Amino acid sequence: MTDIQVTSPVRDGVGASAPRPDGTLKVTGEFAYASDLWMDGMLHGATLRSPHPRARILSVDLTGALKLPGVEAVLTHEDVPGAKLYGVDHADQPVLAIDQVRYQGEPIAVVAADHPETARRACALIRVVYEVLEPLTDPRRAALDPSYEKVHAGGNVVRHQPIRVGSVFEADVVVTGEYEVGMQDQAFLGPESGLAVPAEDGGVDLYVATQWLHVDQDQIAPCLGLPPEKVRLTLAGVGGAFGAREDLSMQIHACLLALHTGKPVRIVYGREESFFGHVHRHPALMRYEHGATRDGRLVYVKGEIILDGGAYASSTPAVVGNAASLGVGPYSVPNISLDAYGVYTNNPPCGAMRGFGAVQACFGYESQLDRLAEACGLDPVEVRIRNAISEGSRIATGQIVDMPAPLTSMLEQVRDLPLPEGVSTDLRDLPGGVANSTHGEGIVRGVGYGIGIKNICYSEGFDDFSTARVRLEVIGEEAAVLVHTAAAEVGQGLVTLKAQIARTELGVPNVTIAPADTQVGSAGSSSASRQSYVTGGAVKTACEAVRERLLELAAKKLSHDGLALSGGKIVSVSGIVVASVAEVLGDDVIEETREYRHRATAPMDQLTGQGDAHTQFAFCVHRAVVDVDVELGLVKVVELAAVQDVGKILNPIALEGQIHGGTAQGLGLALMEEIQVAGGLIRNPSFTDYLIPTILDMPPMRLEILENPDPHAPYGLRGAGEPPTLSSTPAIVAAVRAATGKSLMRIPVRPEHITGT
Amino acid sequence: MSKAMSMDFLRPMTWAEALAAKAADPEARPILGGTDVMVELNFDRSRPSALLDLTAIPELAEWELRDGVVRLGAGVPYSRIITELGDLLPGLAIASRTVGSPQIRNRATVGGNLGSASPAGDAHPALLAAGAEVEVESVRGVRIIAVDEFFLGPKRSALQPGELIRAIGIPVTGGPQQFSKIGTRNAMVIAVCSFGIALHPAQRRVGTGIGSAAPTPLRAHAAEEFLGAELDWDGPLDRAVANRFGELVAAAASPIDDVRGTAAYRRHALSVLARRTLTWSWEEYRCV
Repeated sequence: MTDIQVTSPVRDGVGASAPRPDGTLKVTGEFAYASDLWMDGMLHGATLRSPHPRARILSVDLTGALKLPGVEAVLTHEDVPGAKLYGVDHADQPVLAIDQVRYQGEPIAVVAADHPETARRACALIRVVYEVLEPLTDPRRAALDPSYEKVHAGGNVVRHQPIRVGSVFEADVVVTGEYEVGMQDQAFLGPESGLAVPAEDGGVDLYVATQWLHVDQDQIAPCLGLPPEKVRLTLAGVGGAFGAREDLSMQIHACLLALHTGKPVRIVYGREESFFGHVHRHPALMRYEHGATRDGRLVYVKGEIILDGGAYASSTPAVVGNAASLGVGPYSVPNISLDAYGVYTNNPPCGAMRGFGAVQACFGYESQLDRLAEACGLDPVEVRIRNAISEGSRIATGQIVDMPAPLTSMLEQVRDLPLPEGVSTDLRDLPGGVANSTHGEGIVRGVGYGIGIKNICYSEGFDDFSTARVRLEVIGEEAAVLVHTAAAEVGQGLVTLKAQIARTELGVPNVTIAPADTQVGSAGSSSASRQSYVTGGAVKTACEAVRERLLELAAKKLSHDGLALSGGKIVSVSGIVVASVAEVLGDDVIEETREYRHRATAPMDQLTGQGDAHTQFAFCVHRAVVDVDVELGLVKVVELAAVQDVGKILNPIALEGQIHGGTAQGLGLALMEEIQVAGGLIRNPSFTDYLIPTILDMPPMRLEILENPDPHAPYGLRGAGEPPTLSSTPAIVAAVRAATGKSLMRIPVRPEHITGT
Repeated sequence: MSKAMSMDFLRPMTWAEALAAKAADPEARPILGGTDVMVELNFDRSRPSALLDLTAIPELAEWELRDGVVRLGAGVPYSRIITELGDLLPGLAIASRTVGSPQIRNRATVGGNLGSASPAGDAHPALLAAGAEVEVESVRGVRIIAVDEFFLGPKRSALQPGELIRAIGIPVTGGPQQFSKIGTRNAMVIAVCSFGIALHPAQRRVGTGIGSAAPTPLRAHAAEEFLGAELDWDGPLDRAVANRFGELVAAAASPIDDVRGTAAYRRHALSVLARRTLTWSWEEYRCV
């Protein structure tokens, strides 16, 4: 039965630009985000945070806060009934600080009060006496100097992953470079928010904006001293994620306060607090040495990548795994000696962000390829083509790329796209934009290229699966489908896609998506560009199971063999419509729940980094055209062209949005987005000084989207959200280098790096 | 919420009521568009005893031209300066286009910019270059303060207790004016540094204003005097003169290193902006 194909096209099925159910609401400001949650009688939570990146806590005096009228609870670590530590990868982070703080902004106490202002005032009345210590902020020392003081007793290296391949580290042409990536923030627009409601069974119901309900549940329940089934989560409206919601923020705090007071408690972070309330992208220090033949063929790569994880582990181990395994990029390299480190410091904690370790490495290896091109007198596209992997090649881990990898043709395609016309005279098209800093003076154009490789889905042996429950029944004489998963819609469009898959598989136009909650099995994280693949796969599989039962039911009720489902009708072998789905169903309800797993992955060898660690690889190539005002160091990105292979286009308009958005985030990292940290302190925790690209910074894009199916994936699809974030950054920086002749070893590039002043 | 935490919200309907309210509570914080004040409150950086909402007072949102001077009500938003005053006050109109986003330009006002007295205020260099005057008033009476005497320090102005900004008097010079600013993105950005220039052909004088490169917005006096002495008002612009003007403008600044940029970059950028804006202004002057 599983080989039955749905032949008639179904409206808004897979491949259509089905409209998003949340689209109009979001554009008109009517969408209910987690920060809009409200219950009569609810209390408001606030968090007291450390102003110091490293200090001992000598005493905490709650008296003033407790006396303030309107305050109903003031809690410290002593009030945490269960486990005191939590963590997405390993539990090293206190729910509330215990005797010491390790980063600026670490939560020390939480307050619930009848008004958010009262809660904040109460926090200000808590007296904490600190013994301030010199923060440990040097990631290189943390990685390599055993005499450096320890942030945690177990040592400062969270993970060191070597890659060792081959033994020839001599070549005719050698290029070296030391690169630095600043700390990027996910800068989602909807701050951390949620509402915890105490339940009669002694448990708690939490409505929260997150990326993975079940991993939150797994971390919250032990800290509350409750079994997981008494901590029920429902996804609230998520205003962007990009990795920043993989770690817990206010979840345990709100639940603690709700259980303590017996009242619903809402916590909504402000914008400034949000910068302290979630992990950021790991800043990186990278050293690369590339050896090649005179005609530009790579002989070896030596590399060192140091990723500053800050005060707590978060997802640093997995980020290190990506940086190491993808550290030489999508190139065939016969000899590799590369070491990736993730370390503890007293800098802000860093964890997941779109691209996840592959972004930092991509800036390093792509900058190196440009240096190699120059050293060999080659065109930057040509040097990439000479070294690019293809289907059947091995990556640095020894894993064979057993899916299409048409990098050569992608590079040729992006190179051969027409270039944009000459310099405009409209201020909005010039460096500096409407700030009116040039009328054409000082402008030099540059072109640059970047290509990246990203692993899709969770890697390194992780049991990565999703669960879907699909129900088919007759409602109001029409067949109707209900799809229930715990997958987080974080803006990527998964809600739309799940319905498209159900329509295609069952031919039933009327599909409802149930709210995501923990009443159904885990869907895994909305991370690693994996939800179309894994939850999409689960919905598809569950639909197939429903379809099978429907046809069994039809065979029984109609006493007819060889039936099939086509265009939403039950048809005979000869294609004649025998019955409608609703007629077959009658009062019967078909419900099937299925788990979907992608093929298993293996850990990387601890000493050599070898192993089939990844499920799928995805590729994007960018060409950037920039105009630089070389006197002022200001940049206008004139055009970004991208070629990306997505295997199968499931929703064209949503896919384009992902590529545009990922590209824009890469532009931000190239030119402006940085949390500036000095002495462990964040200097720019606001959107006044943490700049993200505006429409005058993000240029029009030329997209070429390829569909070379991955035989291992549902519909042949490839995860699409992350790859453009990798390659746009090095492409833009290469273009700025081409315009200015500057080496630009650090991102984001600042005007003074270009002017040399 | 306890009484100690509350904040009064005052909404006078007339200018006289506003002055009386400010006299009664000198700590009351005037608010027009709220694009600065609300950010401060939301970030908990200030906590005034009261907010004094001036948006109901009609005359604050009006401007008039009399005797060659535009009397710009403190509450006229930037979007109206752009659409209504581009011919009369070209420098201020160019500066207005660089303020925030369209939404912010619909709300934000020159009166608010002056009230905040930020060194980075986008209107300030244009007002300095044009030789504007700030009309302030309290129940004690009206004072006129030259704009280059208005800024006393970072976010400190010459406003006395009880005084509110009523209007800004900006001479219509008829000469070309320019404004340029540096930001690390191409819109919606606070100035890393900025520069305003106004040619006053009748007086054969050039006005200047520097923003975001000193504790206060300021004029580049030596640069103005240099142009006053060296400019040939009947000839083309001597490149060497323009370059020297840029150097003198940069020398007038006393910038710092901060999250938005380095002191060295600010000085360098000011010299470039000064040279370019003088060149653009001169081209326009020569064409008229």
